[in-house]
Amino acid sequence: MSPGAAFRELRIRGLGRRFGNGFTALDGLDLDIGGGEFIALLGPSGCGKSTALNLLAGLLAPTRGSIWIDEQRVDTLPPEKRNFGMVFQNYALFPHLTVAENVAFGLRMRKVGKAERAERVRKALELVRLTEQAGKHPGQLSGGQQQRVAIARAIVVRPRLVLMDEPLSNLDAKLRLDMRTEIRLLHQELSLTTVYVTHDQAEALSLADRLVVMRAGVVQQIGRPSEVYERPANAFVAAFVGYRNALPGRLIGADVEIEGLGRIRHGDGDLPAEGEAVAMIRPDDLVIGGPEAGRPISLTVRVCEYQGRSFAVEGRAPDGTVLHAASLEPLAPGDHVSAHIRPERIRVFPRADQPNRADPAPAESMARS
Amino acid sequence: MSAAVAPERAAGSGRRARAGTPGISPVLWLVVPGVLFMLLFFVYPLCYGVGLSFQGEGGPFSAYADFFADRFVSDHGSRESILVTLRLALAASLINVGAALPIAYRMRGPIRGKRIITATVLIPMTLGTVFVASAMNNVLGPAGWINKALLAVGLADEPVALTGNFTGVLLSLVISGFPFSFLLMLGYASGVDPSLEQAAAVLGAGPRARFRLIALPLLLPGLTITFCLSFVLAFGVFPSATLVGNDAGPTRVLSKIAYTEYANAQYATASATAVIMAVVQLAVLGLVLALRSRLYRGSTAGGKG
Amino acid sequence: MTADTAVRRRITLTGAVTWTGLWAFIGGLLIAVTAVVLSSFTQQLSSGWLPGALTTKWYSGAWSYFDLPSLLTTTLLVALAVVALSLLVAVPTAFALSRLSFPGKRLVMLLFLVPQVIPTMSYAVPLATLVYQLRLNDTVPGLVLVNLVPSLPFAVLVLIPFVDQIDPRVEQAARVFGAGTRQVFVRILAPLMVPGLLAAGVLTLVRVVGQFELTFLVAGPNSQTIVVALFGASLQAGQLPSQQIDAMAVIYMLTTLVLLLIALRFVDPTSVAARTRR
Repeated sequence: MSPGAAFRELRIRGLGRRFGNGFTALDGLDLDIGGGEFIALLGPSGCGKSTALNLLAGLLAPTRGSIWIDEQRVDTLPPEKRNFGMVFQNYALFPHLTVAENVAFGLRMRKVGKAERAERVRKALELVRLTEQAGKHPGQLSGGQQQRVAIARAIVVRPRLVLMDEPLSNLDAKLRLDMRTEIRLLHQELSLTTVYVTHDQAEALSLADRLVVMRAGVVQQIGRPSEVYERPANAFVAAFVGYRNALPGRLIGADVEIEGLGRIRHGDGDLPAEGEAVAMIRPDDLVIGGPEAGRPISLTVRVCEYQGRSFAVEGRAPDGTVLHAASLEPLAPGDHVSAHIRPERIRVFPRADQPNRADPAPAESMARS
Repeated sequence: MSAAVAPERAAGSGRRARAGTPGISPVLWLVVPGVLFMLLFFVYPLCYGVGLSFQGEGGPFSAYADFFADRFVSDHGSRESILVTLRLALAASLINVGAALPIAYRMRGPIRGKRIITATVLIPMTLGTVFVASAMNNVLGPAGWINKALLAVGLADEPVALTGNFTGVLLSLVISGFPFSFLLMLGYASGVDPSLEQAAAVLGAGPRARFRLIALPLLLPGLTITFCLSFVLAFGVFPSATLVGNDAGPTRVLSKIAYTEYANAQYATASATAVIMAVVQLAVLGLVLALRSRLYRGSTAGGKG
Repeated sequence: MTADTAVRRRITLTGAVTWTGLWAFIGGLLIAVTAVVLSSFTQQLSSGWLPGALTTKWYSGAWSYFDLPSLLTTTLLVALAVVALSLLVAVPTAFALSRLSFPGKRLVMLLFLVPQVIPTMSYAVPLATLVYQLRLNDTVPGLVLVNLVPSLPFAVLVLIPFVDQIDPRVEQAARVFGAGTRQVFVRILAPLMVPGLLAAGVLTLVRVVGQFELTFLVAGPNSQTIVVALFGASLQAGQLPSQQIDAMAVIYMLTTLVLLLIALRFVDPTSVAARTRR
C-alpha cells in the first residue's frame, strides 16, 4: 500500500453483468487491486471494460459477484455513497456551473466548509493549471481544458478510487500525449488508486502498473505492461499489443512449421501442445537491413511507409504470404530483400486461439504514438 | 431558434455570391411569399382590430373605458374576467407543468412500458373539448357517477358541484393541456445528457441533490417554454369555459366576452377585449421569461463547447 | 443506463406520488372515455348506474342529422389544403431563415413567432371581417385562408430546426460535384427534409382538424367542419339528446385518432419536441 492510498486492497469477485436482452457484457471478473495501484482495463469496443467500470462506479447494478474494499462490501452501495471519483469519456461537466463550481461540487456534497472548500478548489485548479479559468463556464474552454477540469473535479474530493473512462479519446494526438504524461504525473504525486479504461494499448502500457486485457466480457490476461507486451497470454492479446503477423503453422516438438517461413527451431520452453498452431510476430522483430542474426526470410516489397526512425514494410514471402516487417532503409515496391527474425521472438499459440479477424487490431496506433 | 447564421454559410448555400453585391442574395426571394401572406392576413387584421378598438361610440378610448367599467352591451363582468381568465390559465399551466416535470423526468431513460404510458397520456389530444366536456358531465356532473357513488355511500347528502364552476373548467383544461406539456417536457428531459447526473452521483449527490442541482437547472429553459406554451393554450380557449363552466359567472373568460360582443355586432368593444387579452397574455409571458433570466444566467449550450 | 443504477431500485416517496398521479390520470381518462362511449350507445337516459337498452341509432342519427359525409369531406379537404399550402410556402421560408442572415431577419422571425403567442381572438375577428369582404365566408377557400394564418408560421417554426440540422457542407459537396441550385434542392435537400416535412405536416394537420375559433367565425351552413358542427350542436343544449352529441364526439375522436395514429407511424413525437426546442 502506497502512502496516499485510502485502503489496502480492493477485491472484485466473480463480477458479472447480463442485460435484459440476454447479452452478457461482463462474465465473472476477478481482480485484486492494491491501494495506490494504477490499473488499466484494455480491450476493443464491446469487450466489457466500460461495463466493468460502470459496475465499479455503481452506475450499473451487477447481476452477480461482489466488490470489496478491505472489509467493506461496496457493490450494494449507491454511487454517491462509494466516495469514488470518475472522469467520463465526454467529461460530463455541468454546463450551468463555472469551472470552480464544477470542481467544488463534490466538496459541497460532502458538506465541506466554505473556507476549506475554496482552498481545496484553488489547489486542485492549480494542480491542473486552470487557475485563470476558474470563473468560466465549461462551454468556453477547449477540449484539453475541459478534460483537466474533469480530472480536477474527480480528485479534489480525495476519492478512495479514481475511475477513468477513455478520458483521452476525444483529444487530438498531441494533446493526448501531453495529457497522458500529466495523468501519470498526477498519479505519482497523489498515489490515488486508479482504474483506467481504454482501447488504446499504447496508453495502457505507458500509464498502468498492471493491465487487464479483456475480450467479449472475459479477462484474457492480467499482468504488468512488460509481461503483456513480451509474453501475451494468447493470440488475441498478442494481436492486440502489436503482433501484426499471424501465420498458421504446425508445432512439431520444439519446431514450428510456419507457412511461408518454413520450419524454425523455436527453442523456447513456453510452447503449447503439438499440433495446429498460429505463430505471431511483431513487425519490429522482422527486421530488414539490421544485424543479420536469426533466420533470414526473403521478401518482395509491396509497400514501404516512412515512419520516422524506420520504415514499415509490407511484403510477400515466396509462397505469397503477406508479411509486415520493419526496415531501416527506404525501399521501393518490387525490391527483393531479406528480413531476419530471432526464433525466440516468435510467439506460438494453439490454432483454436487464432485472433478473430473481426477484432480491430490496434497495431497502427502503437506505431503512431 | 436564434441561430446566428455565419456569413460564409450563407454565401455557400446561396447562388454564387456575386462580388460587389453583398447582403442581398437572390435566395432571399424565398421568404417573400410567406412574409407577404403574413403581412396581409395577420398583421393587417391585427392592426385593423387594434384600430377598431379605438373607434368606440363615446370617443377613442370609450371601448376600453366601457370594459373596465363593466358597461358592455352583453356582459357586465368584463373587468373581473381578466382575473378569472388569469387564474384559470395560471392554475392550469402550473398544474400541467408541475405534473409533467416529475413524470417526464422519471421517464427520460429506458423504462418498461414507456411507449404504452406515453400513448395513453396522449389520448386527450384526440378527444376534443366537447368529448372532454361530455365525459366530465357524465362522470362528475350532478347526476354523474361520482356523485351517484357519493350519494349511495352516504358521504354527501346532495350532489357535490364538480362541474359548472371553476373546478370543472380547470379540470378540463388540465385534461386537454397535460399531454402537450408532458410531450414537450419528455423531449427536454431526454435531451439532458444522462452522464451529467451519473457524474453528480459519483461525486456524492443523492437523488434529491441530483434533481435539484443538476437536472432542474438544466431543465429550466425547457420548463419555462413549456409553461409559456401551456399558458397560451389555456388563456385563449372558451369552449370549455362554456361547456363545463358557467360563463356568465365564475368562469367568464375574456375570449368568451370578445366573442359575444362580436356576435352582437359590438365591434369596438370586441376588439378592445381582444387587445386587452393580448396585452395581458404578453405581460405574463414577459414576466415569466424575465424571471427565468434572473434565476438562471449560465449558458444552456455550455457543455457542447 | 441511469434506470439501472443501484439507487433507482429503492422506492422513494416522491416517486410513489409521481406514479400514483400518473396512474390516476390514466385511470380517470379511461373512465372518461368509457363514460362517453357508453352514453353514445344508450337508448334512454336513466337514473341507474348502467344504461338500459343499447342502440346504434345515435350513430345513424349522426349520419343523417349532421350530414356526416359532407362534414368529413370539408374537414379533410380543408386540412389537407392547409397542410399542402403551408408546407409549400414554409419550406423555402424556413430554408432562407435558417441559412441566410439579412437585415431585418429578426423582424421576419418575429412575424412568424407572434401568431403563436397572442390569443387567436385578437386577430380572428378582423380576419373574419376581411374574409366576409372578400366574399369567401362559408366557402372552403375561406376556411383554408383563415386556417393558413396560424398554420403557416407554425410550419415555418417547426421546419427551421430541421433545416439547421442539415449540414451546409452537404450542399456544398453537391455543388462541388456539379449539381445546380435546382438539383441541390430536388436531390439533396428534399430527401433530407422528409422527416421535417412529415413532422410539420402532421402537427399542422392535427391543429387544423382541432382548430375551432377561426373556423367557427367563417364557417356557414355550406362549409362546416366536424369541430364546428359538434360545438354548435352542444351549445344548443336541449335541442339534441346528449347521446346524439356523444355519438358525434366519439366520431370526432375516432377521426383525430386515426389521423394521429397514421402520423405516429412516421414521426416520433418526443424527437419532434426535442428538435423544436433548439
